Amino acid sequence: MNIKSLSDAQLVSNYILGEEVALSVLINRHQARLYGFIFSKIQDRDATEDVFQDTFIKVIRTLKRGNYNEQGKFLPWVMRIAHNLVIDYFRKNNRMPKFKNKGDFDIFSVLSDESPNAENKIVENQIADHVRILLEELPEDQKTVIKMRIYQDMSFKEISENTGVSINTALGRMRYGLINLRKMIDKHNISLIN
Amino acid sequence: MRMAQLYSENTSNHERLKPRKKTIRFLLDYSKALKIMPVQSILFETFIN
Repeated sequence: MNIKSLSDAQLVSNYILGEEVALSVLINRHQARLYGFIFSKIQDRDATEDVFQDTFIKVIRTLKRGNYNEQGKFLPWVMRIAHNLVIDYFRKNNRMPKFKNKGDFDIFSVLSDESPNAENKIVENQIADHVRILLEELPEDQKTVIKMRIYQDMSFKEISENTGVSINTALGRMRYGLINLRKMIDKHNISLIN
Repeated sequence: MRMAQLYSENTSNHERLKPRKKTIRFLLDYSKALKIMPVQSILFETFIN
């Protein structure tokens, strides 16, 4: 059987058993999706390369240590790791602004601060926290679809493949999830406007 | 069905980007070199060059 036709779960299991080539197939299969996801958040090729590398280092270590839980699917799990590393990247970057060498040296490219002010940042973080809390109140199926779509940037086709439901069902769950979120926002009189 | 097609279309241009070959090479070499050794209840990581 051609190794490239194996499912992610089979490849993961072969890799855990010591078949190194399985990792190469997994990386090859998901590299564009993952790299694109990271780049869409970070918008910097070098930093994206670093986060991509760190993501797979984490994947490799977890799989080799036998800590991978097959209950979840491989791609959403990898995307979750990447998502967390992107957050870490922004945390570090806010503390330590990066100098970009663009040829012509411009001191203001280093000194200028285009980031939102502290108050806006706090409000933004509070809004994000409130949405996360509300999300936890949703039924499991709706919560899963919204998390995959919003936080892991997955398409509905991928959500459908990873949750084992049709695209239309995934769309329906997203729709009802958002309706329920709005209802909760109205009920608790929560303001989500910055 | 039309709705499903609309939502499953790949709209992201970023997905054309790929990591550098040397990054992939590094990951595959890292994986080959990394060995996990259980000692009593602790897992030790070692690298075999």
